[in-house]
Amino acid sequence: MTAIDDVQPVETVWTTGRIIEKELPTPGTVRLRMHVDDRIRHRPGQHYLIRLRAPDDYTAQRSYSLASDDDDPLLEFLVERLPDGEVSEFLADVAEVGDVLEVRGPIGRWFTWDVRTPALCLVGGTGVVPAVSMARTARRLHRSDLLRVVAVGRGPAELPYAEELGRLGATLAYTRTDSPDRPAGAPTAEELRPLLAGTELAYVCGSARFAAYAETLLVDCGVDPQAIRVERFGPTG
Amino acid sequence: MAVTRGFTGKRRGQERRLPPGQYDTGSSWPVLTAEATPRIEPEQWSLTVDGLVERPTTWSWDEAHRLPESTYVGDIHCVTTWSKFDVAFRGVSVDELLRAAGPTPEAAYVLVHSSTGYTTNLPLSDLTDGKAWVVWEYGGKPLPREHGGPVRLLVPHLYFWKSAKWVSRLELMAHDRPGFWEQNGYHDRGDPWLEQRYQGD
Repeated sequence: MTAIDDVQPVETVWTTGRIIEKELPTPGTVRLRMHVDDRIRHRPGQHYLIRLRAPDDYTAQRSYSLASDDDDPLLEFLVERLPDGEVSEFLADVAEVGDVLEVRGPIGRWFTWDVRTPALCLVGGTGVVPAVSMARTARRLHRSDLLRVVAVGRGPAELPYAEELGRLGATLAYTRTDSPDRPAGAPTAEELRPLLAGTELAYVCGSARFAAYAETLLVDCGVDPQAIRVERFGPTG
Repeated sequence: MAVTRGFTGKRRGQERRLPPGQYDTGSSWPVLTAEATPRIEPEQWSLTVDGLVERPTTWSWDEAHRLPESTYVGDIHCVTTWSKFDVAFRGVSVDELLRAAGPTPEAAYVLVHSSTGYTTNLPLSDLTDGKAWVVWEYGGKPLPREHGGPVRLLVPHLYFWKSAKWVSRLELMAHDRPGFWEQNGYHDRGDPWLEQRYQGD
């Protein structure tokens, strides 16, 4: 298992990044690819802060997981456009290629993967983003055997990176859409158990509701709660 | 830093109440936890104050509830940039616990432990003089499990990762020792008004 000490603390500072590519893969998400001069190397699973600044110096900032591998010349973010989301709506509706935004990172040394420890990612919705970074890094380092990804979404149109994750060998579990090899429904313990064989760590990322489901499922499958790392987002009401 | 083209900011009017870089999350209360949520029955829960104290003391659920109750109504601030206004927690002041245990003169820092193994460090002075609580009620109801129930620490003047969920032990120490997030790049003190989010802030 990764010791926390393996990752050297790096003090990060605010810098700027330029938007090089922008697309709206679905009406609810925006994908940004940004260039940052002299950026600090990152591990899969880490995130960045993006900060917006108004003319009177009012600022708003949020943290977003990286989808990109460290080897990628650009940083890639996939941001869910939240209703009334001050930052996410701006990124989806106003930001353009060429715009410069304040960024800071990489941040986080807990929800990261060392590309050595056999691991399973159980991720839902835009929670797939850190798993995309992990899967891309694993492929580059020829260690895809170490990582199993189970990505959960309502259907292929709603699951970010579904096609790429499928190509990278992930199990795609659609809760509302039947697929040829799998009827619609949440992933079950029977599906998960064979994928957990030999893994030492489990990463859960998604909404609070998804994370609660995923944690329970993993524990039901016999995973030690101490071996589960969780990143959750969104309101619980 | 430069102005962001096209950005004017939508959430105005609360700047004086919001620490820098925070936004008002409204009626929602996001859950942020690094670990699986444990299920702890009140009968199993206990809290110990030990380390550099005259009288290491452990309270059961019933014993803790016999201490004088104390309420906090105010704002809380999470390092992930949400703030929540006018929340009400009920429990017992950490001052009561320290009065019973009696910190020795060398005690200057506290490592807070949770039953999950989570830890967070604080100067002792951030837990005294009515600034910190151990709480079991939120909004008049039992504290929900995902928010640290049955009992969590509450240190509302610091970022909320200092308010350890599922608190089980306060260990008083002479020297500072980083806790879980603090080892993972977060600030040792975490004052939201000084925006002490990460190491180096």
